[in-house]
Amino acid sequence: MSFAIEVNGRAHGEEPRAGQCLRTYLRERGWFGVKKGCDAGDCGACTVHVDGRPVHSCVYPAVRAEGRAVTTVEGLCGSGGGPQGAAVGELHPVQQRFLDAQGFQCGFCTAGFLMTTAALEAERGTEDDDGKLADLPRAFKGNICRCTGYRAIEDAVRGVRHTERPAAGAAVGRKVGAPAGPLVVTGAARYTFDVEVPGLLHMKLLRSPHPHARITAVDTSAALRVPGVVAVLTHEDAPDRLYSSARHEHPGEDPDDTRVLDSVVRFVGQRVAAVVAQSEAAAEEGCRRIEVAYEQLPHVTDSEEAMRPGAPALHGDKGAAERIPRPEANVAGEVHGEVGDVAAGFAEADVVHEETFQTQRVQHASLETHGCVAWFEPGESGGERLTVRSSSQTPFLTRRALCALFDLPEEDVRVVAGRVGGGFGGKQEMLTEDIVTLAALRLRRPVKLEFTRAEQFHGTTTRHPFKVTVKAGARADGTLTALQMRVVSNTGAYGNHGPGVMFHSVGESFAVYRAPHKKVDAYAVYTNCVPAGAFRGYGLGQVVFALESVMDELARRLGLDPLVIRERNAIRPGDHMVSPVGEEEEDLHLASYGLDQCMAVVRRALAEDVSAAGAPEGWLVGQGSAIAMIATAPPGGHYADARVSLLPDGSYDVAVGTAEFGNGTTTVHQQLTAQALATTEDRVVIRQSDTDVVRHDTGAFGSAGTVVAGKAVHIAAGALAERLRTYAARYTGVARHLCVLGAEAVDCAGRTVTLKELYEAARANGDAEETAAEGHWGGTPRSVAFNAQWFRLAVDPDTGEIRILRSVHSADAGVVMNPMQCRGQVEGGVAQALGATLFENVRVDERGEVTTAAFRRYRLPQYADVPRTEVHFTETHDPLGPLGAKSMSESPFNPVAPAFANALRDATGIRFTELPVTRDRVWRAMARAAGTLPVDGLLGDPEE
Amino acid sequence: MDLNTITEVRDARRAGPWRPGDAWLGGGTYLFSEPQPHLRRLVDLSRMGWQPLTLLPDGALEIAATCTIAELSRHGRKTAAPAAGLVEQCCRAFLASFKIWHTATVGGNLCNALPAGPMISLTAALDADCLLRAQDGALRRVAAADFVTGAGRTVLAEGELLRSVTVPARALASRTAFRQASIYGLGRSAALVIGALDPVDGSLAVTVTAATVRPVRLWFPLPPDAAGLRRALAAETCEADWFDDIHGLPEWRRHMAFRYAEEVRRELTEAPAQGRKGGSR
Repeated sequence: MSFAIEVNGRAHGEEPRAGQCLRTYLRERGWFGVKKGCDAGDCGACTVHVDGRPVHSCVYPAVRAEGRAVTTVEGLCGSGGGPQGAAVGELHPVQQRFLDAQGFQCGFCTAGFLMTTAALEAERGTEDDDGKLADLPRAFKGNICRCTGYRAIEDAVRGVRHTERPAAGAAVGRKVGAPAGPLVVTGAARYTFDVEVPGLLHMKLLRSPHPHARITAVDTSAALRVPGVVAVLTHEDAPDRLYSSARHEHPGEDPDDTRVLDSVVRFVGQRVAAVVAQSEAAAEEGCRRIEVAYEQLPHVTDSEEAMRPGAPALHGDKGAAERIPRPEANVAGEVHGEVGDVAAGFAEADVVHEETFQTQRVQHASLETHGCVAWFEPGESGGERLTVRSSSQTPFLTRRALCALFDLPEEDVRVVAGRVGGGFGGKQEMLTEDIVTLAALRLRRPVKLEFTRAEQFHGTTTRHPFKVTVKAGARADGTLTALQMRVVSNTGAYGNHGPGVMFHSVGESFAVYRAPHKKVDAYAVYTNCVPAGAFRGYGLGQVVFALESVMDELARRLGLDPLVIRERNAIRPGDHMVSPVGEEEEDLHLASYGLDQCMAVVRRALAEDVSAAGAPEGWLVGQGSAIAMIATAPPGGHYADARVSLLPDGSYDVAVGTAEFGNGTTTVHQQLTAQALATTEDRVVIRQSDTDVVRHDTGAFGSAGTVVAGKAVHIAAGALAERLRTYAARYTGVARHLCVLGAEAVDCAGRTVTLKELYEAARANGDAEETAAEGHWGGTPRSVAFNAQWFRLAVDPDTGEIRILRSVHSADAGVVMNPMQCRGQVEGGVAQALGATLFENVRVDERGEVTTAAFRRYRLPQYADVPRTEVHFTETHDPLGPLGAKSMSESPFNPVAPAFANALRDATGIRFTELPVTRDRVWRAMARAAGTLPVDGLLGDPEE
Repeated sequence: MDLNTITEVRDARRAGPWRPGDAWLGGGTYLFSEPQPHLRRLVDLSRMGWQPLTLLPDGALEIAATCTIAELSRHGRKTAAPAAGLVEQCCRAFLASFKIWHTATVGGNLCNALPAGPMISLTAALDADCLLRAQDGALRRVAAADFVTGAGRTVLAEGELLRSVTVPARALASRTAFRQASIYGLGRSAALVIGALDPVDGSLAVTVTAATVRPVRLWFPLPPDAAGLRRALAAETCEADWFDDIHGLPEWRRHMAFRYAEEVRRELTEAPAQGRKGGSR
């Protein structure tokens, strides 16, 4: 039987495997533009056309494609694009529009949106046309974008152009398009797994079915007999070394509680063994054949229970050496502190309000799953060097951790990230590189591990669920007298980021309000649940939800405008940032201040707002706001090296370590370089996220891409500009101050020396070092950025349905490097936060097992869920950031949930203290308040 | 996703014994969406050549199990039958994208038996019956409302095949009203209520799906009043019938079902028929 299909005009004759889906068939033939987001038909990233009709290729049986013509994003332009993508310049109109509007960030979902949009356009006037193109919420039901918040995608579909091409030396502040844009829209951008490695072996993991158990025996013999299985790794093969999967500049920030494979499992889903085989199928079969004997141990999933005496101690065998403060009580980190005397403060108050809040587990849900590919290549010293290509926000720190774990010298390991398909903090972890390296070193062969979507839920990390009790006292005029918080975060079975998230959560949140008396008790607690980790906002959002809700409630109790109470108490220029955490963060400054402008935006929106008129009859209407402050970089040092070099053709090469996952830092680095070197952005090429290109980079986290790595790039580019002028002066004999650097040449008092000529001269004279410069930034001192969010909502009291009538966000980003991208960051942050506010919820059962391990069970914001948010930037200039910039990637998330809850309170009279506020819960709370539904959880009388 | 334990795709046209580990392959949109480690063989229905939609001499509409959602939607949009609008409303009630409609089948949605399956809602509301064929060739008919017996459960025996669903002419001629609730925008149904008013004898059927673990079809010789409808729905459902999963609290689902039942009753019995478009955005 012969099989034949045509892909983008090319014939393929290889028979698919019986149970193979079209997605993997296409990718195995090099059509890497077809992405795996969910592998379950939910996200649309794998959309292709089969005989002209759009389908999700992950749920399309490959055998059914026989005799059909398949078009992938690579073939969209119609001119027979190869697996390397279409040549730029011959784009399909939809590709061009996504480029012009920059309808993407990480770009992992983009092929799916392109193929869907192109199909909708082709469908017009046919029998399939039912008006979808005019109804994008319906048209994009099966396309998920985690980054943008969909406004940019709408603009792309509608043909709105945003990108611009500024003149030489004028790139900063302009809407320069992402340099990877043409690759993204043609499917040619190379993400982690878009590589062909000869002889590649595949790894699959066996995961624990128990929340807490000791492995007493593992029998791998049956697994090893599966044809194609090459190796099975168990805890006996793993180095007897403890570390943390969290990546920080200083490994001491996280407890060392993790092994590559442990003899004790502490959550359902923890890896027990790894099978390496010639195919994923054989590796899966191998996992099913491993026989493991467990001795089950008592487990605990609730963080408060876990701290009580008698609870099973998850890491009772560890202690101070592993930096676990109280392992017997499952305390992975804690902080207690008081400034002033809160008891006295509360005694002075006219009103004291106390309330407890609860936030849920949230998944990062980056569309590209975790994973890596490791292989060996010839090293400089003659031996072999291990290369790990990983979906990581921290290539340098991961190399450091791998070297420590396996006793490898750094020059023998290279860690590189391709384009990363979304991160949101989830990839500030080493969750696959350790075990893949173990296998690669053992076998001396290339090994790949690519997580499934279900594994993302069972075996990576989540946002920390928090329980926060806030007690606040105020005088009748709204002046705070005391502020106290008790914070308990559930860090899950391992402490990665647990202490850090806990510390950060009570830093800027406390500091944003001036109160003479402040007190904190905070705990990060081990439980037998999937570990929590770094997530956009790093703990702040959870505490800000509670604190801003309480500030709103205080204002209501005092009969004050919630904006007034915030203004009365918020930190002002000249104030010190005071948190009861104890360690004064000496390098944190109010170097610029935009909170007043952020609040003014909310006031203006409120004053002119007429959106309430759009509420359906009978619905309740309310409005609410919230503010948030965040440090512009993580504490304790965040380092970046950059090198900018003149190239022979007069363009520039920038080497920088930080990763690009849609955050747009590559564009900003290009702009900063173009600005400093008086050139245009198309003459700047960035090489990045590769331990080979620079000495070090702490990584793309903590919103550091612009203010730390960008600063290093800016310093390097500025130094090179000076160096080139100096060299031109030397070369021409013209006084240096008369030499002006331009895009093509240096004008030396009328004599034009082209950059090409200058480069050649430097080479010829042995002055090559004059054509490159390095920059370094240590991430300190740091400033703060502010955000404010305002909503007007309408609530149907009889169904709980909520409509967002208006959403306004103001962001204090300092000097905005790229308004298009920064707007996208804010919109994406608001959308992601709305997901966490409205419905996102990683549920675990009583054994801590995740029960929502697919996108159809874990709802992500879709086009239909996300309103347009009006984004306003303050006019601030931060002396610490590059050219006045501040960070703006995590912080837009933080004020969204409390602003929403405050508006909901305004509309319904009910204070929602638990997230998410789904329609059913909102209805239930209102029905209970109205007395039409009993509180005991029974269904009540339908005859009401 | 790849179903790596599948070793063979067998053409369903060729006779052969049903074996443990066999599964019917319709559109594949469900089968390929979750790991199926218990399956070894897919029995492929795609070459059966069944006419997707057949208008029978008595005016009934026979929908082949392999009819895709896209084919049904096109038919609904082209047909003048009074209930045709309901077909499109039910297609759009899918959580899945229109892209999935090109391959997902009506039969697959029924056999999957999810409470939110909109083809279950449609066929149960329109009094359709299902034609089932056992491995030995024996045929039987079951009302669509009885085909699904619980969340993920049907009356199908091992190896039994859903061949087609037939909607009677009377039902196609009925006036219908549709309401759908979800906790998300255009999301999975948490309550879906359809009313169908018979144009000949004036009887009213109110069918609740999604909110309940199985379809609940109430039939009234003449439309009841509000209290009568409420009593009937309460009598036909017990606490365990209200579906409890992550897509909606059971008490909310029940509230929405009662509310929508009353709304469809009023829409179909009180002129002018100015109904809301539905509870979901």
